[in-house]
Amino acid sequence: MFKYILKRLAYTVVTVFVLVTLTFFMMQLLPGDPFTGEKKIPDAVMASMKAKYGLDKPVYQQYILYVGNVLHGDLGVSLDDNRSVTDKLLTTFPVSADLGIRALCFAVVVGILLGILAAVKRGTFWDSLCMFIALLGVSVPSFIVAALLQYFLGLKLYQWTGVKLFAITGWKGMNSKILPVIAMGFGTIATVSRLMRTSMLDVLGSDYIKTAKAKGLSQAKIIWKHGVRNAILPVVTILGPTTAGVLTGGFVVESIFSIPGMGKSFVTGIQQVNYTMIMGTTIFYGTFLILCNLVVDLVYGLIDPRVKLAGGSK
Amino acid sequence: MEHIEKNKFQWIGPDPENREGISRPSTTFLRDAMGRFAKNKIAIVCAAMIILMILGSIIIPFFSPFEGREQHYSHTNAGVWTACEQLKDADGNPELHHHVFGTDTLGRDLFTRVWEGGRVSLFIAFAAVFINFIVGIIYGGISGYFGGTLDNIMMRVVEVINGIPYLIIIVLLMMILPPGLWTIVIAYAVTGWTGMARLVRGQIISLKEQEFVIAAKAMGGSAGRIIARHLIPNTLSVVIVNVTLAIPSAIFTEAWLSYLGLGVPVPLSSWGTLAQAGQTAFQTYPLQLVVPAAAICITMLSFNLLGDGLRDAFDPKLRK
Repeated sequence: MFKYILKRLAYTVVTVFVLVTLTFFMMQLLPGDPFTGEKKIPDAVMASMKAKYGLDKPVYQQYILYVGNVLHGDLGVSLDDNRSVTDKLLTTFPVSADLGIRALCFAVVVGILLGILAAVKRGTFWDSLCMFIALLGVSVPSFIVAALLQYFLGLKLYQWTGVKLFAITGWKGMNSKILPVIAMGFGTIATVSRLMRTSMLDVLGSDYIKTAKAKGLSQAKIIWKHGVRNAILPVVTILGPTTAGVLTGGFVVESIFSIPGMGKSFVTGIQQVNYTMIMGTTIFYGTFLILCNLVVDLVYGLIDPRVKLAGGSK
Repeated sequence: MEHIEKNKFQWIGPDPENREGISRPSTTFLRDAMGRFAKNKIAIVCAAMIILMILGSIIIPFFSPFEGREQHYSHTNAGVWTACEQLKDADGNPELHHHVFGTDTLGRDLFTRVWEGGRVSLFIAFAAVFINFIVGIIYGGISGYFGGTLDNIMMRVVEVINGIPYLIIIVLLMMILPPGLWTIVIAYAVTGWTGMARLVRGQIISLKEQEFVIAAKAMGGSAGRIIARHLIPNTLSVVIVNVTLAIPSAIFTEAWLSYLGLGVPVPLSSWGTLAQAGQTAFQTYPLQLVVPAAAICITMLSFNLLGDGLRDAFDPKLRK
């Protein structure tokens, strides 16, 4: 187990390092520099500004400086309002995390329930219904779901009933949180429920379920105590990538619902070509997701001892 | 137990002539799979839908009376099936045409634009997945066949690339590469091949110990030949399913990038940029989002269902 944890940790460190390096050199490849704009800046000012931000040094020195700063949690200064990128990220991150956790919980719970329902009622109308919902989830991009939800539940429902059940934009109060959470979680419901269905069917076909039935246990007990507990394992493995999916889906959903989160600031950063903001967000987001994967891998190693035997490779 | 009269049975005797005969015609793996596939009505409908989408994207823009970039200022934001007499025939008389799906804010015919967008979106998806396919097969094939240290190094590289969220890398690549059709293809391919490489490697590892590979080696086949002629063809069924399921994800990525404003540059339009443009006018003219969104969803749904159908056909054990 110790070796497995160590191996995972080493991968994580290497991956984060590659991410930082990639981000740095890709940004170096961008044409121009942050100060060349429409206004003509005197050479002396330009030189002193470059010196201030360390841009007059050779690239490798800049790189070492940047890595050092990143290790100290300093991601530079945002080019649009001169605030520290780390500060900006720390104010926007809680909002994104709030949205992300809600969406993830919603998606995982609904997905698992749909998967169980489909597996237990296999071959019936319920099965087809659940799998149809799952198919829609993988086939309809989140921004389309978001727009449709805004239009029908936000706008039309308000016009028809006169009651404002769901707010269309913002992130204040319960009624503004429902629609973005659904929009973000919809795709994940699909993956989770399909996986849950397959693994539940596997479990329900196994011998110990027959034993449980032969013992005369109730259907509910068989499903919840013997079935679901074993069938849920594969769902844990995809939670890492799923978290990544939900959070990157947040980029677009946050902009559509104008939620003041990290995704929205990333998108504005891209539109304004705000180098430091993009670099900072990329590194922060990337590192966060890589850590999520690490946690999931470790938890899975704890739950399923067979993982270690296979040398930790899946 | 019901009593059955003895005279209902009769002795038909041995049949030495046909005892060794094979009662069914022999089939190959592929024919067998295709037979199963043909019975799957949903998959067939989806395949037809995809062909329709592809042909429509290629053909319809040629036959449409309007051009995607043509603006009709008197008909902005028109609704479904709006009559339009602005086009003149050869004699200069006004001709009656219809904007099938209406027009957008600049008075461009949405029907034509959606099919033109289909060209771009489908091209990007197919090209990106094709590159993934080639790179993944070569990389996975080499890594799986040679094994050992080489495999170890190659897979560590894959693991690190896989660890970085791919959409982030794509966004970075899109910013540094010059905008264009191929940029999206390359950006997607840079991160997308790892899944295929892993899949192929896994397949090859399980195949390479089998007797036909030993036979090929004994006859002096080179490594390249064994991989290309003996191993890869045996992995194709799994790979084809994976390719089919990768296309919707490429379409999604393209639409997602357009949404961030990193999509194809302006004179071109893809389903993603159309949907993004439709989004801004959505609350007053829902049609402008609904049409490209429907195109995206139908295509993605069809590919997903087709992929499922193919998987069932190639590997009936997996059917649940």
